[in-house]
Amino acid sequence: MFKWLDPYAKSETLYHFCGKLLPYLMVSALALLLLGNIWGLAFTPADYQQGDSYRIIHIHVPSAIMSMGAYAAMASAAFVALVWQIKVAHWAVLAIAPIGAIYTAIALITGMAWGKPMWGAWWVWDARLTSELILLFLYLGVIALNGAFSDRQVGAKVSSLLALIGVINLPIIHFSVEWWNTLHQGATITKFAKPSIDPSMLWPLLISILAFAVLLMALTCLRLRTAILVNEQHRPWVRKLVGG
Amino acid sequence: MVSLVFLQRELRLLARQKADWLNPILFFIIVLSLFPLGVGPEPNMLRIIAPGVIWIAALLSVLLAAERLFKDDYRNGVIEQLVAGRQSLLPFVLAKTFANWLSTGLPLLVLSPVVALLLGLGQAELGAMALTLLLGTPLLSLLSVLGSALTMAADKGGILLALLILPLYIPLLIFASSAIEAASMGLGYQGQLAILLAMLLLALALVPMAVTSALRINVS
Repeated sequence: MFKWLDPYAKSETLYHFCGKLLPYLMVSALALLLLGNIWGLAFTPADYQQGDSYRIIHIHVPSAIMSMGAYAAMASAAFVALVWQIKVAHWAVLAIAPIGAIYTAIALITGMAWGKPMWGAWWVWDARLTSELILLFLYLGVIALNGAFSDRQVGAKVSSLLALIGVINLPIIHFSVEWWNTLHQGATITKFAKPSIDPSMLWPLLISILAFAVLLMALTCLRLRTAILVNEQHRPWVRKLVGG
Repeated sequence: MVSLVFLQRELRLLARQKADWLNPILFFIIVLSLFPLGVGPEPNMLRIIAPGVIWIAALLSVLLAAERLFKDDYRNGVIEQLVAGRQSLLPFVLAKTFANWLSTGLPLLVLSPVVALLLGLGQAELGAMALTLLLGTPLLSLLSVLGSALTMAADKGGILLALLILPLYIPLLIFASSAIEAASMGLGYQGQLAILLAMLLLALALVPMAVTSALRINVS
């Protein structure tokens, strides 16, 4: 059933495949990012309540959604890597982790910048904020664990295992944080019972989300190519490629 | 049967290296006694912060013990022999976890009346604290065995282990301290206990599997 996927487990094929995809992904990510953000930041009407400050939504929401999307992608790669023992999938895990961590950091920072004028505080121990912060810790754990081994192969495998453990734990953390918060006090500020967002604001937002997704793919391709070169540097095809 | 042999070995090792399990217990008591010095000795204040303080101290002391769990066995080749022996690693992992609980979890449970005395807790809170420790410390042991197995061959453990397992401890911390808090307000806390038990059972089913594969990865 997955016969067509098989060749891409080979690092050389995957390297060239990523190389072919990369320019398309980069160009479309840039185009979508410019379109979505310029449209969202400059040409949508201001919010009747929040004024212009709501416009940060066009960066905050896409990065938050894709920080979780990146974790799902990373965990799937980890699953493939551990179950079918595919080396390139381990490298994919490590390629995605820092991108996901940066997305999470962007979501947190823009969220804080948004929270200050709206809620009057940079940080509120709300369920969503807390689980996003923990997500950042999980990403950092995967990155740090990989860096701690002198044997690169062992480091890659162990961090894949950690990524997979995190995926089981993530829903548990998410719900416990949610209950923890509601046990103390009802979430009053964040649950702005949303009147479904106006189409003039929705479209640029959707485009921005798509842009962040494509950017994630593009950066993953880029980092995966580098990882393949670094890990396979002793292979003849890499030597020929870099002319060494 | 095999588990018993491993357990005997673990207990003998613990008996010979007393610092491994005595230090975390001392650490637990020291952390607890620092809090009143830091936030002031008013009994009301202490009673409010007690649930969180107790569990944070427990988490940190268990973390302290976790770092060396597999290090020696890894360095002197015991784990490599076990993996090379082509037998299930499960008895070894279970014995390790149980010995870890006996040496770090159980003492906390035994100490809980003393803690209650130090922080001025009443009868109800003491009961809740003992129950949460009873259900929570085995979970702590499972998770620290997991973290320790992941970082076994790492060159720099320490802070890395904390980064890995403290996020995993969060659900436990939330429900355990909320159970004690509910008890202090005279409310029922069976719900929190049920969730703690559920998390323990889930971890008991999944963690040994993850630990055995982490051990295999580290020696391959």
